[in-house]
Amino acid sequence: MPRKKRVDRRKPRAKAAPPTAQLAKINVKVNGVQYSAEVEPRMLLVHFIRDVLGLTGTHVGCDTGNCGACTVIMDGKSVKSCNIFAVQADGAEILTVEGLARDGELHPVQQAFWEHHGLQCGFCTPGMLMQAYWLLTQNPSPTEEDVRRGLSGNLCRCTGYQKIVEAVLAAAEQMRGQQQEVR
Amino acid sequence: MYPKSFQYFAPKSVKDAISLLNKLRGEAKVIAGGQSLVPMMKLRLATPAYLIDLNKIKGLEYIKAGRGVIQIGALTRHSTIEKSELIRERVPIMAEAASHIGDPQVRNLGTIGGALAHCDPAGDWGAVILALRGEIRVAGPRGQRTIKADNFFVDAFTPALKPNELITEIRIPTPPEGSGGAYLKMERRAGDFAIAGVAAQITISPDGTCKYAGIGLTALGPTSLRAKKAEEALVGRELTDEVIDEAAEAAAEDAKPFDDPLRGSAEFRRAMARVLTRRAVKQALSRARGG
Ligand SMILES: Cc1cc2nc3c(=O)[nH]c(=O)nc-3n(C[C@H](O)[C@H](O)[C@H](O)COP(=O)(O)OP(=O)(O)OC[C@H]3O[C@@H](n4cnc5c(N)ncnc54)[C@H](O)[C@@H]3O)c2cc1C
Ligand code: FES
Ligand code: FES
Repeated sequence: MPRKKRVDRRKPRAKAAPPTAQLAKINVKVNGVQYSAEVEPRMLLVHFIRDVLGLTGTHVGCDTGNCGACTVIMDGKSVKSCNIFAVQADGAEILTVEGLARDGELHPVQQAFWEHHGLQCGFCTPGMLMQAYWLLTQNPSPTEEDVRRGLSGNLCRCTGYQKIVEAVLAAAEQMRGQQQEVR
Repeated sequence: MYPKSFQYFAPKSVKDAISLLNKLRGEAKVIAGGQSLVPMMKLRLATPAYLIDLNKIKGLEYIKAGRGVIQIGALTRHSTIEKSELIRERVPIMAEAASHIGDPQVRNLGTIGGALAHCDPAGDWGAVILALRGEIRVAGPRGQRTIKADNFFVDAFTPALKPNELITEIRIPTPPEGSGGAYLKMERRAGDFAIAGVAAQITISPDGTCKYAGIGLTALGPTSLRAKKAEEALVGRELTDEVIDEAAEAAAEDAKPFDDPLRGSAEFRRAMARVLTRRAVKQALSRARGG
């Protein structure tokens, strides 16, 4: 005797038809300039910054969240822009390496990297600068240990880090001096 | 690397997030800090059709002291816990553990709720929450429930969560006077996942004996583990070097390590369970005594 077929009366599951390339509108302020764009939700923030805005100072090193070359400041926090989707930055304020210099004058962190040879090939440098900048906003008087820990998410294949650490310590001193002058 | 296409939602409330999650069951994933999920999506180890972002929900990021309990919102970042005065004062082991997670950028985004939901046996929070006998508050379509840390870590990358449930809060019983803790992590290089890690939290009675012991193990089994035999070796006794050695030996027996081509053999890691437990308990003891 043929068995009766069981009828599944449960509600069918939501259809998993991923809408192809549905665009999302985002408003982001980058280096003080307000941008409005439509992006595919899967676009990473780093690609938005580089390919849509054309700000290629932010580098892609590992693309897995390890090297820190893509570090930018988002709403006051340093983050790896290869580990965030651009849609998530809607309404955010972002600072990239292009926004560090003011009126043609290098930021003290940039100046210190120059003076203390904090770079060789320069690939890691934008991320290093942004992380160093953030570190100094958090802790204006870091010890060498603080700097090393603070930069532990940024990899450099060239310098061996010594000159980078020296540069960040020098920048800290310089910035503390500047603040005293203002007072 | 581009993830597979997905549709993006940014609900404004836990309720809306749950109803979306419920409706899109099985096809949706929530994103918190994204520090585990985004890499997995880029490698296409995760290919959700819908992504539900929790970051636009207000009121999931907080640390507060309730009655005998510290409450931490699921969306609280590792870095916020690391720097919190309340945490440093009441449960300093959590600030110490947070400081060992990844690197500063990862800690700026990664959340405690996301880390627990990810349920990585090498994740640092599991051992700490086990050692502190924490609880995990979750919300689903039928309301809220509380899961004891002991029942939360089912298997590697498998928490005791239903697909339509969200973690909303982590609750830690406030350690009483005379408590101290330490989280020790052995890693290949700065910012890496643990080769092995041990969380030790103890409370000493006025008579000098150990009233409470919580020992959690990281990367020493298929999930974060509680080293129960090691805890038993400590409770009710005076913590002499011999007693601590006994507990360390027991922790090595409690551990269920496996061979890892990158992070060492099972044998080596078992030995590290012993070493790190001994050191962590000694440090916890000295802190409990006010050192
Ligand atoms: C370079 C690097 C190094 C790292 N090193 C370490 C380390 O040393 N130790 C360590 O412990 N971790 C480490 N991590 C992982 C990090 O701690 C992550 O932050 C964490 O594992 C996941 O938290 P998240 O908030 O980023 O979650 P997400 O990546 O957003 O999500 C992770 C998973 O949890 C789910 N989820 C998130 N929030 C909730 C919620 N509230 N309710 C239910 N489900 C939820 C998501 O759907 C997803 O499946 C590292 C990550 C990187 C990129
Ligand atoms: S490219 Fe983002 S961390 Fe390496
Ligand atoms: S200067 Fe070449 S990678 Fe750092």
